[in-house]
Amino acid sequence: MEAVTFENVKFIYREDDPAYAVNGVSLSIGEGQFVAVLGRNGSGKSTLAKLINALLTPTEGKVTVFGMDTADAKQTFEIRKSAGMVFQNPDNQTVASIVEDDVAFGPENIGVPREEIGKRIDFALDAVGMQAFRHSTPSRLSGGQKQRIAIAGVLAIMPKIMILDESTAMLDPKGRREVMDVIKKLNKDRGMTVILITHFMEEALEADRAIVMHRGEVVMDAAPEEVFSRSEELEAYNLTLPRAAYISKKLAEGGMPVKGAFNAEELAEEICASLQKI
Amino acid sequence: MRIVAKDLTYTYNPKSPFASQALKGVDIVIEEGEFFGIIGHTGSGKSTFVQHLNALIKLTGGSLTVGDYDLSDKKCKFLELRSKVGMVFQYPEYQLFAETVEKDVMFGLKNFHKGMAEEEMKAAVKEAIGRVDLDYEDVKDKSPFELSGGQRRRVAIAGVIVTRPEILILDEPAAGLDPLGKKEIMQLLHAIHGSWCKTVVIVSHDMDEIAENCTRAAVFSEGKVVMEDTPAEIFKRSDELISLGLDIPVTAKCARVMKERGIEIDTDFTCDDFIAKTLALWKGQGGGNAQ
Repeated sequence: MEAVTFENVKFIYREDDPAYAVNGVSLSIGEGQFVAVLGRNGSGKSTLAKLINALLTPTEGKVTVFGMDTADAKQTFEIRKSAGMVFQNPDNQTVASIVEDDVAFGPENIGVPREEIGKRIDFALDAVGMQAFRHSTPSRLSGGQKQRIAIAGVLAIMPKIMILDESTAMLDPKGRREVMDVIKKLNKDRGMTVILITHFMEEALEADRAIVMHRGEVVMDAAPEEVFSRSEELEAYNLTLPRAAYISKKLAEGGMPVKGAFNAEELAEEICASLQKI
Repeated sequence: MRIVAKDLTYTYNPKSPFASQALKGVDIVIEEGEFFGIIGHTGSGKSTFVQHLNALIKLTGGSLTVGDYDLSDKKCKFLELRSKVGMVFQYPEYQLFAETVEKDVMFGLKNFHKGMAEEEMKAAVKEAIGRVDLDYEDVKDKSPFELSGGQRRRVAIAGVIVTRPEILILDEPAAGLDPLGKKEIMQLLHAIHGSWCKTVVIVSHDMDEIAENCTRAAVFSEGKVVMEDTPAEIFKRSDELISLGLDIPVTAKCARVMKERGIEIDTDFTCDDFIAKTLALWKGQGGGNAQ
């Protein structure tokens, strides 16, 4: 079964809004996929994410999560258990003064028995590599660590889908790496369906699939390498290439026989190859 | 105004079990006219340092002068200093509070220049909003919360530059924006830099941003300045940066791998220069003529 489907979905925040925030989106995301969602601020990415776990319901069309219709209020609870969401600011997502209490908050609220909660805290903190901080105070952790606790809080509900709405935006490069490593591991080892909304083109390269949104519509939907090879289109949607891809493109335009590179190593490889061919 | 710090030290929560020394003797000189970058990972002391520059943190050890202001002097005119050294914090849009954009931008001005006439203030606000590329007539009566993230950040910057600071300090000015938003903010800073604002200091984790924009930069590590140089010289020492747990620009990463293969490239690590030098190297070897 598909994890998420959108059937011609439209969404408008207020009736007098001139434009739909999401405007006629149809797509399906298979279970276990790692999907990156790109687009300018205001392109509808966050609205799309909120439509998945029924924080918003479509104005028109239909969204399903494992076959459950998000517009059906009786299913809302099950949908939110299946699709967990991590937001941008780590400081807005902690509710308790001790890490393990914070992680326990979700399962407590859905009525998980006490003994089971202990197991889930173990599982979730192990998964994000934060077991050693179980009894720490979240406010004394780094941004990356806090965000991993936020992820653990979602994991403790045992969702099948994890939605991350610019969850790395406020982190330093090290924190960002930590969070990306955790996400990739959850996707690879546990088959977690991951939907990653990001402004970092480099992060999108780590996904299986990249979706580009522009003015509420899905305008590109392909493997990240393919999306980044269509640079004119990307530019039209006000997105940029990853730096290495930009450099390789400019070198090729200058006549050098380099293929498109997506990271510094590939770029160096291409440059060396074309220099040594001479 | 020139910034000169000598042997600056600072300890948070002194004489308590939580005491932690954030600055352990910082020496740094930032000349008037620079677009200066401050690099260092979380906890390296960079934010503590910049908060000293407009006396948000009072000097407790060492000396610091900003132009003619001696911050170790208790009689130093701190209010005047703060209107000349503007500080834009990380995610400044979270600090917007007034009901309209105009009132929000005017807030700082009202506090620094109590006697200023209303008309004069409005003119200054209008100029500041124009400076950040927003349409004054369009946004002045709007709530800051109706605007997009990028626009809100511009309003927050307008609220700081409205007093025409000679030195503008920004902590991660482009963080969290989309790629085009980042580019626009940096362009904006360069435009401001050419005016009454003589010196810009940015704190950034984005090494590509430092390489592309700064005249010089300082690398902070464990409360000290370990490098202070042009980005070109700093990123030549990429091994050291990596061992400090810092990132390096994509161009520097690429140059490192090329060097291992015996190909040296003399670049300042900006994208444009790297592309030009690589193409020159290739043409120099006869590339493009062979076919």
